[in-house]
Amino acid sequence: MDCRLTVAQTNPALGNVGRNLEEHVAQVEAARRSGSQVIVFPELSLTGYFLKDQTAEVALSIESRELARLAELSRDISIAVGFVERSDDGRIYNSVAFLEDGAVLHVHRKVHLVTYGMFDEMREFAAGHSFATFRSRHGRFGLLVCEDAWHVSSGYQHFLAGADALLVTSCSPGRGVDGGARELASERTWRTLLEAYGLLFQTWVVYSNRVGWEDGVFFWGGSRVIDPFGAESARLEGLEPGRLDVRITSDALRRARVATPLRRDSRPDLLARALGRLGEGRNA
Amino acid sequence: MNPLDIHPPLVEQLLVQFLREELASAGFSRAVLGISGGVDSALVAALCARALGPENVLGVMMPYRTSNPDSEGHARLLASALGIATRKVEITGMADGYLAAHKVEDRMRRGNVMARCRMIVLYDLSVEWKGLVVGTSNKTEILLGYSTQWGDSASALNPIGDLYKHQIYQLSRHMGVPAPILDKAPSADLFEGQTDEGELGFSYADADRLLHHMVDLRMSESELVEAGFSVDFVRRIAARIAATQFKRVMPLIAKLSQRTVNQDFRYLRDWGR
Repeated sequence: MDCRLTVAQTNPALGNVGRNLEEHVAQVEAARRSGSQVIVFPELSLTGYFLKDQTAEVALSIESRELARLAELSRDISIAVGFVERSDDGRIYNSVAFLEDGAVLHVHRKVHLVTYGMFDEMREFAAGHSFATFRSRHGRFGLLVCEDAWHVSSGYQHFLAGADALLVTSCSPGRGVDGGARELASERTWRTLLEAYGLLFQTWVVYSNRVGWEDGVFFWGGSRVIDPFGAESARLEGLEPGRLDVRITSDALRRARVATPLRRDSRPDLLARALGRLGEGRNA
Repeated sequence: MNPLDIHPPLVEQLLVQFLREELASAGFSRAVLGISGGVDSALVAALCARALGPENVLGVMMPYRTSNPDSEGHARLLASALGIATRKVEITGMADGYLAAHKVEDRMRRGNVMARCRMIVLYDLSVEWKGLVVGTSNKTEILLGYSTQWGDSASALNPIGDLYKHQIYQLSRHMGVPAPILDKAPSADLFEGQTDEGELGFSYADADRLLHHMVDLRMSESELVEAGFSVDFVRRIAARIAATQFKRVMPLIAKLSQRTVNQDFRYLRDWGR
């Protein structure tokens, strides 16, 4: 896992796939020119977030010409892109595609759809069923979409599968300005979460969150990279679109895992037994 | 520290971006608003001036013949401090054209007519000014329903509708709203001697504190009483919020077809921008 990686903190136009695709192409080409080998866009980066009835109207199949066009650009730079996926059986997913060497290498369908408070994702989307890492030419990645990361079981599965970098894509609305705080409550909680993931799962954590407003709701950006010790390695300041260029190294992974061999000492067998007892309806 | 305290530079940055981006989404770069001489519209005018440039903001003063002359004085003080454009439109003629001819005496009805006259003026001037009407209702009055439906509550977008009155003052001080506006008692100025707190029967400080616990922190009645609020006050405010819910939603539409606006025809306003 040694690569130069770019986080693209974009402001997608709601429901305007054509315009967003052009923006993706421009970002990918700029990142490639600057020597980046991987670029990570936010959740639903091709469509915008609060789609409501537009969800079905902007859905794309894996074979769509839009994804094919981006895949074509992925010969020199790998691309993680968020989109509304229409599957062969007609279900609609909140998905991230990882494109590499001119093809779709992996798709993650958001498992933990957020449906409370201001969110209504279960109305629009079917839920994904799994967390699977995959081997890119740069190393082993695990994908998480926003709320996926709020369930520690998601990160733990990627940890067990040996992920060297977690790509967390997000459309996190900013909220919480009281208590005199200089930072938003949403940023505070995400910072804690992402740093804990780096610390506990000893991976690089790449967070790509969008910016901009949709009907009075803003997305707070703050895209960042956390190292395998749980410390912030780089971050975009402010609420504006931007690009964050970082270097992901295997040295840091090795050092963190030698210092504290958490994966070696993890006991998934105990967890499996406990979950088995839960499944049988007995007290774990 | 008051738990309602905000960090004003952060909120300023957010609201400036909100105004710029949501106006641009609608294809506009200019704003029009009523400036009453009070703190809410003063704050919104200051935010608009910061976001769009003062030359793109039109502050409209709309006195009725019984309005307190201080209101216009404070509005002018604000406008010259900010450098925004102003317009004065007396609403006495249009309001009395109805109120006098139809002998409307009831104080609430008269106030509502005045508020709706002002809405008519703002929406008409928004065409001439090529700007959107920016709202000036704060969270406290929105939750209390202390407004005239389709009157002062009418706007295309509202930067301060999620800020309690305490937070309005905090941000207003940060934005440099002139002291005479900050120091006077809030008033709708719909009749002589009117003050918000006199009419509501409680202080904004108490209302803010209760609403924050009730709405934002989702405390139950027993938890609120435990936290020191009187049960009468809690019930009175809760009843008031529920009774004024109609002011916070679009009109009901009888659903008949397979797809009905706002029921199962659901799009953001930013759709197609």
